[in-house]
Amino acid sequence: MALFVTENVSKHYAGHTALDKVNIEVPEQSIFGLLGPNGAGKTSLIRIINRIIGPDEGKLYFKGEKLQQKHIYRIGYLPEERGLYKKMRVGEHAMYLARLKGLSKQDATIRLKEWFDKFDIGSWWNKRVEELSKGMQQKIQFIVCVLHEPELLIFDEPFTGFDPINVNILKDEILKLRENGATIIFSTHNMASVEELCDHIALIDRSKKILDGKVKEIKNQYRSNAYSITFDHFDGLLSSLLDNRFEIIDEGEDEDRRFANIRMTNGLESKDLLEKLVKTLNIHSYNEILPTMNDIFISVVKENEGR
Amino acid sequence: MKKIMLVIQREYMTRVRKRSFIVMTILGPLLMASAFVIPMYLATLSDGEKRVVEVLDETGWFYEKFRDTDEYEFKYTVQDLETAKRELLENDEFALLYIPRRELTVPSSGILYSMRQPGVDLKSYIRNAMSKEVEIQKLRINLDEMVLSEEDRERAMKLPELIRTNIELSTMKMDDTGGEEETFTEVMMAVSFVSGMIIYMFIFIFGAQVLRGVMEEKTNRIVEVIISSVKPFQLMIGKIVGIAMVGLTQFLLWIILTFSIVSVFQLAFADQMPGPEVRMAMTQQDAGLTEALASGDDQQIARVFEIINSIQYDVILISFLFFFLGGYLLYAALFAAIGSAVDSETDTQQFMMPVTIPLFLSIIIANIAVYEPDGQLALWFSMIPLTSPVVMMARIPFGVPIEQIWISAALLILGFIFTTWVAARIYRTGILMYGKKASYRELWKWLTYRN
Repeated sequence: MALFVTENVSKHYAGHTALDKVNIEVPEQSIFGLLGPNGAGKTSLIRIINRIIGPDEGKLYFKGEKLQQKHIYRIGYLPEERGLYKKMRVGEHAMYLARLKGLSKQDATIRLKEWFDKFDIGSWWNKRVEELSKGMQQKIQFIVCVLHEPELLIFDEPFTGFDPINVNILKDEILKLRENGATIIFSTHNMASVEELCDHIALIDRSKKILDGKVKEIKNQYRSNAYSITFDHFDGLLSSLLDNRFEIIDEGEDEDRRFANIRMTNGLESKDLLEKLVKTLNIHSYNEILPTMNDIFISVVKENEGR
Repeated sequence: MKKIMLVIQREYMTRVRKRSFIVMTILGPLLMASAFVIPMYLATLSDGEKRVVEVLDETGWFYEKFRDTDEYEFKYTVQDLETAKRELLENDEFALLYIPRRELTVPSSGILYSMRQPGVDLKSYIRNAMSKEVEIQKLRINLDEMVLSEEDRERAMKLPELIRTNIELSTMKMDDTGGEEETFTEVMMAVSFVSGMIIYMFIFIFGAQVLRGVMEEKTNRIVEVIISSVKPFQLMIGKIVGIAMVGLTQFLLWIILTFSIVSVFQLAFADQMPGPEVRMAMTQQDAGLTEALASGDDQQIARVFEIINSIQYDVILISFLFFFLGGYLLYAALFAAIGSAVDSETDTQQFMMPVTIPLFLSIIIANIAVYEPDGQLALWFSMIPLTSPVVMMARIPFGVPIEQIWISAALLILGFIFTTWVAARIYRTGILMYGKKASYRELWKWLTYRN
């Protein structure tokens, strides 16, 4: 069942359209990647989901109910551009944000202490925010965002400013949150983390949704029927072994091996290529080249621009 | 409501604990107190030269009762007041002490005319000498009566109370042309101008804090974090109210501290050094004033006291608090709107103009209103909400018909409801808008957005 649905959501600003009839469906307990180039309309969509701004058209549903103010308490939002009051003490600030979310003073204190212990940052409590590095501040914001245990979490570029160790800690936490039942909308430009974390994605470009679905299915859909091989040196050209149904995309060699990437026309299968090569070459490795989300992103957006 | 309270609490607490707030809270009263205390102190310093004080005593009670001191020489004269005043100017003497005759009561007041501000020491010397003399005379009368009616013992018991005397000593500063101003009118003008000025400063200082606070939230993207839990309007109102409370706290602390410093100083420095508040207290005292008013000789004094009694202190205080807050709320909303519309400090300039111009204008008009409190100019500008807080406050000490105050107050309330409404609409759009250089046209668009 979908936890969050948007139906034909549009938003116009004077002079331009930020969102044009966008439909997305976020399945429950999934990590949903919201992708798109800068200025595509992602932030507008996220703000509409949070009811920070209202859509001009379209409907929004939270767990089958029409989205209302009462649902906002069940959403945690970590915006891309985020800041804290520099002069405030860390603990005080975290308390303030937690209480604005509706937690009681007691609950907020208990939960904050737990999280501070978990991230091993208890000693920050009385420091001023300005004494913390950017990454440290982001940690605080992450904690406050998930503190009231919302059912839907929206992370907009959560990893910027973190070192690799902390990125991993955060990734683990995000996965843990999903295990515990939360649904996560995850907006990022970092395609590697999309592949690692997301089950579903939607790609928005120039105010329209141009692609969505399960990550696995999309990857299958964008397979280009290409393979990479590495093999021992031999005298002669690789192309002499192949006919025009095969295209060598890339070819090269290093000290002890040669390698090549070859794409086949549709209808041919892995074994067809292998048959051509296996008699002549000492093959060391033979792999299908699967498209990365990065490739898919670039090609889909470029295609859309050409339209 | 709970969220607005949280916002107010944060705005208040973070500001009140700031070092700059604490420094200002201590420094302000020190400056203000020194403005009172230093002239008082300087007046007591002598320059070695003996000053002549002419005494024109219509009662005849005080002949030869003022003894020459190191600084002052007392001369007794018997002309009428006008001649004496003219001579004061001609002979370049320091001061003229005029003690008017009273028909029904014992003498209890005097007027000190002088071209320069008479020192506190002189005033307290005269006051002491006069009360001592009056007390002696009163005692004598009482004792005489006791001899006549012996059974009146109770009265004797109350003797100390009965003979206690307060001397009203008003000062008249004279200018070269022989014209005279009542120092009390000056006090009134000061009250009027200072209260207008305080409102003006309060609006500027704390309005700027609203502006900076909103800009801090916008440029540091703090808004992004909290706007999903708080409505923009709640955030804006919370900030405005929180800062208003900071201002009131500071103002209150200033008053309390200034008064304590001045009174501590008075206690420590001289047993009877009258400060400005003693002057105020004098207005309440004179029991014989009504009788004094009846006698033609006392016209001069009567006029002075009439003016002072016509000041309605309760009206002044209540209207001050009202216009103080009303003016702040009106402008704070505008400052909040500006803060939300711009990306950086430098961009604020173009929007600050329309806000600062009426404020400047109001202080200029207040300057005029002090001299002409009932003029057309003062009247109209004390009605327009943008200028009324300062201008009306400058008029009120001189006595303004109560209907006018009500109308002005009502207009001010409407005014700040309107500016808050306008500001809220600009704010909710502006606060999340980056990189767009806001223009007036843009603001108008934000203002007219539906939803």
